[in-house]
Amino acid sequence: MISKTFKILNPTGFHVRPTKTFVQTANKYPCKINVMNKGKKVNGKSSLSMLTLGIGAQDEVTLETDGEREEEAMEALGQLLTQVHE
Amino acid sequence: MKQSIKGTGASPGLAIAKAYLIKPEEAYTPVQSKVDQPESEAARFQDAVRQAQADLQQIRASTEHKLGADKAEIFEGHLMILEDPDLIDAILEQIRDNAVNAEYALYETSQSFIEMLSQMDDELLRERAVDIKDVTGRIMRHLRGTQQADLSLLTEECIIVAEDLTPSDTAQLNLGAVRGFVTVIGSRTSHSAIMARSLDIPAIVGAGPELRHIRPGTLLVIDASEGILLVDPTSEELAEYREKKTRYDRRKAELARWVNRQTASRDDRRVELVANIGKLEDVQKALDNGAEGIGLFRTEFLYMGRKELPSEEEQFGSYKFVLEKMAGKPVVIRTLDIGGDKELPYLDLPKESNPFLGQRALRLCLERPELFRTQLRALLRASRFGNMKIMFPMIAVLEELLEAKRILEEEKRKLVAEGQTVAERIEVGMMIEVPAAAVSADLFAKEVDFFSIGTNDLIQYMMAADRMNETVSYLYQPCHPSILRMIRMVIVAGRQQGKWVGMCGEMAGDETAIPLLLGLGLHEFSMSAGSILPARELISRLSQEQWSAFAEQAMTLTSQEDILTFVRTHTQGGHQA
Repeated sequence: MISKTFKILNPTGFHVRPTKTFVQTANKYPCKINVMNKGKKVNGKSSLSMLTLGIGAQDEVTLETDGEREEEAMEALGQLLTQVHE
Repeated sequence: MKQSIKGTGASPGLAIAKAYLIKPEEAYTPVQSKVDQPESEAARFQDAVRQAQADLQQIRASTEHKLGADKAEIFEGHLMILEDPDLIDAILEQIRDNAVNAEYALYETSQSFIEMLSQMDDELLRERAVDIKDVTGRIMRHLRGTQQADLSLLTEECIIVAEDLTPSDTAQLNLGAVRGFVTVIGSRTSHSAIMARSLDIPAIVGAGPELRHIRPGTLLVIDASEGILLVDPTSEELAEYREKKTRYDRRKAELARWVNRQTASRDDRRVELVANIGKLEDVQKALDNGAEGIGLFRTEFLYMGRKELPSEEEQFGSYKFVLEKMAGKPVVIRTLDIGGDKELPYLDLPKESNPFLGQRALRLCLERPELFRTQLRALLRASRFGNMKIMFPMIAVLEELLEAKRILEEEKRKLVAEGQTVAERIEVGMMIEVPAAAVSADLFAKEVDFFSIGTNDLIQYMMAADRMNETVSYLYQPCHPSILRMIRMVIVAGRQQGKWVGMCGEMAGDETAIPLLLGLGLHEFSMSAGSILPARELISRLSQEQWSAFAEQAMTLTSQEDILTFVRTHTQGGHQA
């Protein structure tokens, strides 16, 4: 398992659209993906659970990937977390 | 029951038609029961999900066909909910492990998500609870074999009256018949409100429980710009609103024709109409309103409402986003304009007794170069993604401009040395808002590529009158001869050295000022997006040459009042001089 922390730069936080892109990407990987924010941990392949994290701008979000292609998933998803979306 | 009900205008326009009531679905709370064959219960649930999927795919396709791909995106989100492992798998697990009925498992699990999201601080996230209700309600109907009124089958002209409209309800409205809608709950950011704007039908949301007393078939009038719903209007009211509606619809159709046209005067002089924006969402609105570029991108939104300075990365992302979205059209980005009435608590700036005359905008940036350099680096790095121009605010003396340019050059060299790509040529300009810079514009013109006149501040500095102070706000007179003369000086100074001159204050979008500004030779008019189409239509009716003479004449009048009368006299009657 690997784990890394990212700071959300998107000025409006991590809303519906970024979440959608994130979850779609997460579902391409066979490994387990967990996302943590403010002490809460959810399944990164579920958009509903991701939304309940209420990720805002400047939040520090920890990403855990575990299993097949975990490194690859970490890189792709980490990039989505720090990117600026519409 | 004649009455008038206030609500929030969610989508502009007027509508007059009879009420069509959508009864809220009967509240249904399933009772938990044991099932003998959990596996077939699970299969029954999966069937319902598949049927819901088929519905939504069809709704998405028809929305895409009617409104385009980006409006259909919301239903892609709905389809994702139908595949969400934490929802669907959790329900299946509950059915299999506890041998409960599908209705109960669905209700339990979806309710927990709805509750979690309804309690979020963020309004946009709370709105997502509506999506889950919409989608899970659809699965539930398939499980129970119940039907919902099919809004695509409405054929008689009507105004829909409902508690709330789900996104899928709204997308299915038969636009051949539905003239508008009103809802009991909702706000400008609700899905129903957003959909109404994209469907381009008038709508009022959040009109409150009084709506529940409206009887089917009652005549209704929606005036969305006023947020007013008239129930059973009198014949005088009806006549008045019919006329208002005709005028509104005619004007709207007229303006729509101007979206994709160039801006040119009657004698075919080209000018540019561009938009002022203050956040990323404004870009789309600018494009929808036919903006030929962005004339003022205020970057303060990146800095405000937070606890620390935005990083270079964050700024870079935002600038790149706007540049790419504008796809090669010019984008003038103004460096940080903080101070005055805009404060940043985390900068810990000393209190000033006169902040409008204090250390604001570029003055602050030169004092705190680390803050300035971060922004410049982000701008320079973003420059290769579009047609970016950099503009410095609040310059009073030439040294300030030269110092700002020197720092910009320095950062550019550093970036290039680091191997970053920076656009070959980036226009650099300044705002003209301090009278000292305006009168000596010719001395500045050699050092810039353009000027943009910031009238809001220029007027208050010239008149020595705070425009927020009501006792002196009468001095805020954009069309006063002193202001017009000053504007002329700046335009002439710029043009003599081949530099373009724009304006980004409210005056640039003012229909009385536009003829004068056109006459004075202003090249770029930057305004709020909503003013662009009326301005384009207006300019097409004006002769630049004639207004050049009129403007000279106007400046010999002694008061703004006389000048306004003069302008009106010469613009009235449609095809005027």
